[in-house]
Amino acid sequence: MTKIVVLAKLVPDLVEELEIAPDGKALDMMWLRLLINEFDNHAIEQAVLLKEAVGGEVTIISPDAEGVDDMLFTTAAKGADKLIKLVGDFEDMPNNHALASAFAKVAKEEQPDLILTGVQANNDLDGAIGPLVAKELDMPYVGYISGVTLEEGGVIARKEYPGGLIGEMEVKLPAVLGIQASEEPPRYVAISKVRQMMKSAAIDEHDVPELADTGGLPVNRMYLPEAAERAEMIEGDEDEIAAKLVELFQEIGVM
Amino acid sequence: MAMPSATQSPLFTKEFYTSLFENIDGENIKTCLQCATCSGVCPFGHVMDFPPGRMIAWMRAGILEEMLESDSVWMCVSCYACTEVCPKEIPVTPSLMTRAKEEVLLAGNVPTELQSALEFSQRYGNPLGESSRKRAAWIEDLDFEVPTARKVRRPVDVLWFVGDYASYHPRVKEVTKAFAKLLKALEIDYIILGGAENSDGDSQRLAGEKGLFEVLAEKNAKAFSRCEFGEIITTDPHAYNALKNEYPQLGIEYPVKHYAEFLVERLEEIKPLLKDNGKVRVTYHDPCYLGRVNDIYDEPRTLLEAIPGLELVEMPHNKTTSLCCGGGGGGMWLDGFRWEKAEARLSEWRMREAASTAVDVLALACPYEPPRFEDAAKAIKGAEDIVVKDIIELLVEVMEE
Amino acid sequence: MTKDIYVLIEHVQGKVADISYIMLAAARELAEGTGGEVVGILLGHEAQGLAETLAADKVLYGDHPALAEFTPDAYQKVLEKLIPEKEPRAVLFGSTTIGADVVGTLSSQLDIPLVDSCVSVSADSNVISQICGGKIMVESALEGTTSFIAMIPGHYKVESGQSDAGPEVTPIELPALDDLRVTLRQYIEPEIGDVDITQEDVLIGVGRGIQTEDNIEWIEELADLLGAEICASRPIVDQGWLPTSRMVGKSGQSVKPKLYLSLGISGAPEHVEGMAGSEMVIAVNMDPDAPIFDVAKYGVEFDLFDLIDPLMDKIEETS
Ligand SMILES: Cc1cc2nc3c(=O)[nH]c(=O)nc-3n(C[C@H](O)[C@H](O)[C@H](O)COP(=O)(O)OP(=O)(O)OC[C@H]3O[C@@H](n4cnc5c(N)ncnc54)[C@H](O)[C@@H]3O)c2cc1C
Ligand code: SF4
Ligand code: SF4
Repeated sequence: MTKIVVLAKLVPDLVEELEIAPDGKALDMMWLRLLINEFDNHAIEQAVLLKEAVGGEVTIISPDAEGVDDMLFTTAAKGADKLIKLVGDFEDMPNNHALASAFAKVAKEEQPDLILTGVQANNDLDGAIGPLVAKELDMPYVGYISGVTLEEGGVIARKEYPGGLIGEMEVKLPAVLGIQASEEPPRYVAISKVRQMMKSAAIDEHDVPELADTGGLPVNRMYLPEAAERAEMIEGDEDEIAAKLVELFQEIGVM
Repeated sequence: MAMPSATQSPLFTKEFYTSLFENIDGENIKTCLQCATCSGVCPFGHVMDFPPGRMIAWMRAGILEEMLESDSVWMCVSCYACTEVCPKEIPVTPSLMTRAKEEVLLAGNVPTELQSALEFSQRYGNPLGESSRKRAAWIEDLDFEVPTARKVRRPVDVLWFVGDYASYHPRVKEVTKAFAKLLKALEIDYIILGGAENSDGDSQRLAGEKGLFEVLAEKNAKAFSRCEFGEIITTDPHAYNALKNEYPQLGIEYPVKHYAEFLVERLEEIKPLLKDNGKVRVTYHDPCYLGRVNDIYDEPRTLLEAIPGLELVEMPHNKTTSLCCGGGGGGMWLDGFRWEKAEARLSEWRMREAASTAVDVLALACPYEPPRFEDAAKAIKGAEDIVVKDIIELLVEVMEE
Repeated sequence: MTKDIYVLIEHVQGKVADISYIMLAAARELAEGTGGEVVGILLGHEAQGLAETLAADKVLYGDHPALAEFTPDAYQKVLEKLIPEKEPRAVLFGSTTIGADVVGTLSSQLDIPLVDSCVSVSADSNVISQICGGKIMVESALEGTTSFIAMIPGHYKVESGQSDAGPEVTPIELPALDDLRVTLRQYIEPEIGDVDITQEDVLIGVGRGIQTEDNIEWIEELADLLGAEICASRPIVDQGWLPTSRMVGKSGQSVKPKLYLSLGISGAPEHVEGMAGSEMVIAVNMDPDAPIFDVAKYGVEFDLFDLIDPLMDKIEETS
């Protein structure tokens, strides 16, 4: 039976206004609202699709955060078999090096054949989770994956390159894959199903001891980019405008 | 420890069949004549594999699965046209079509546009995916204060339930602001809930997400219970329908009025405020959830006729036969899907009628409509110059100096 | 610790990826501060020629059949040996399908700090990166012996990292590259004609302002010059001028290209929903009050029919 572990985390919801903490070096957690990292959501879908295709067991591991229980129950309603919550000092959102080692320890106990996680998240200051976990577990890692097929002893992972090129990678198991997109878009589950899961499913809690805060570079400051209220208007006759546009195209490297 | 896997939905099972009869008059389904009047009047009947009449026939024959695999139900705009005409008074829309959508949704057959509206409603309390903290941001554009529940901590006469599109959609916010002006001019003692207000959930319910509807209703109930007020008013017929007919079934009961009713009661106060701005030819589009579903046909017309110089003319389809704008029953979130299937937009049919009626203005009374009809006006020959406005805007225009 | 700045050169199917030049430009800026050299790491098979266009002082070249195309395991093995030996001040990777596969594993294994999504660097060794989709900027400082920087495009021009001087190329010794756990079976080329606008870097969005179907061809000429794809507002698709797969907005696709050039689109909320995530929006519209100017970074209040031809001339002239 294929054992698939999905590592999922909640990240800042960008629909909400973001604020910088008073020390100027972090996000202000007070106003932050969290939601599942969209790529992790695709990883969950891919895991469930694999389970539906070939059988197996899907375990979701996620660090504690506001709203994580609901997120986990939703994955159960989608078809996840086992829910694990990492409990510890996650309030200030640890860096990914620390989180990866916590993930790795718990994932290892599950003896997974395949670990899936989102290829990136919007708060990856010190790199994505996947490769960090892979190293901790001494597994291979391939990211930017948009399709996975299980084969004897391994998987074929479709890796995306710019311009729509796909590289078919043969990956020996156990392995960690960074999912960019699941083969089918993440499914919708009716709230009534999620509510059922809240009654019937259980979340295992794993205590995580203190997390080291290393792996990234020391942050001098965080700040909000200057937001332009309205477009800066380009004035002039058609030739002047054309020249200015070409200049802009070059600046952003599209010419 | 392994958990029980997600229960598979009962696909058009007996359970489904029996649940159809739970609705008021639900038993009538058994008396269906197979006259197909419903399918004939249905605006999308021609592109459904299973228009309502055929659905009943197949159900009787015990062939259920195929109906679920078809995406017919997502063409249903919950417009009640079928229900209105059924000679056997079968509640086609609320029982058959809505229950069928619930089944299809449980089975996971949900078009993506609809999926994100449902996910947004769950997460932000509105289907547009906007921050709930910004629900009352429109009040900042006004040069007077709009009282929010958080600031006014005393009993008031009226709670204004603003609604989703009225709170967030840039075009509809203009109507909302106009309504605030009107309430101010009439010196109404009111509050709005601000960020504590959630989507009324009615269109989500009609799109098959009953559980979500209940969650949203509970949140609104909580917000209501924190305030003291005499009655609720709203500019949104969908919210009106939820508050009037659906919330009471969940034990959430408050007197509620659509603005048309509320303003007609104050007509004598309003009339002196209205100036004569010259002649204008206007037709009125009956929103499904004000008209067919809740029988409010006269009040909007009374308001329009109070405007000096306004000539009200009817389109061929009016009152009980009004044509749906296409936004109901989740239609606001199925636009692309339906275009793919039907290559037609109901709002454009309606706009063609408005154009053939040779009017200057198409008057509305539902927040789903201004963007839909303005968009349609651009696409229909002869409709380019038709002004699309809510009745509130028309009133406020002739009030302003 | 040396003062040199290393760059992992990315290439796919015999072509150096643009991000490599962008990184070289950034590396040059850093090296000016540290006083070191810019060193490219080029791994490939019979690919030495790829070094020719690189604006590096030096290129370290590793040649092996297993390195012909990128695979994470093989790259990892080479780099985990090379980097500690050389102790560069910093190594730049692309935050891309290539760089992101190895920079994290290397950071974890070699205990080298890593900063992701870096937009620019400065001579005083400060690094500007972004999180939350660019809504938050982060300034950090290089630390310790070596730092890893994963770059995204946006600040440096591709040309600044190109040169025809031809750097000095030094072969490097490679570890054994057997027992690889990841191998490339094959590349699958995208089907021609089936364009996925959500994946494009440059999009030209056309709206009702273009007036007739024939004008689409004319805009296509502009698109070809820019290496762009055309997408549209809904009315254009409704009329059958472009397929549904090209529709942007609430009922269509959500796109986030580097550049979205909007031509004759008013900017209705239903449209904006699908393109507001673009890195840069430039809008051309005759109406100064068109809401599209609220989303655009740059606006041109102009008749597009008078602008397109001069623009095409200018582009041809420049490139
Ligand atoms: C439920 C719903 C869903 C929708 N979904 C989508 C969707 O997914 N995507 C979408 O795009 N729309 C969608 N719409 C439609 C949307 O509301 C707008 O009607 C549509 O986007 C308008 O398209 P447009 O900007 O091309 O046309 P218009 O609004 O007519 O704008 C044309 C613009 O071109 C400018 N112009 C004209 N001539 C010139 C010229 N010579 N030079 C320069 N500028 C010129 C005009 O000033 C004008 O601003 C939806 C609508 C609804 C109600
Ligand atoms: S409610 Fe309207 S759209 Fe739905 S089946 Fe009845 S007539 Fe058709
Ligand atoms: S209109 Fe009523 S009686 Fe006639 S087919 Fe439809 S449901 Fe049956």
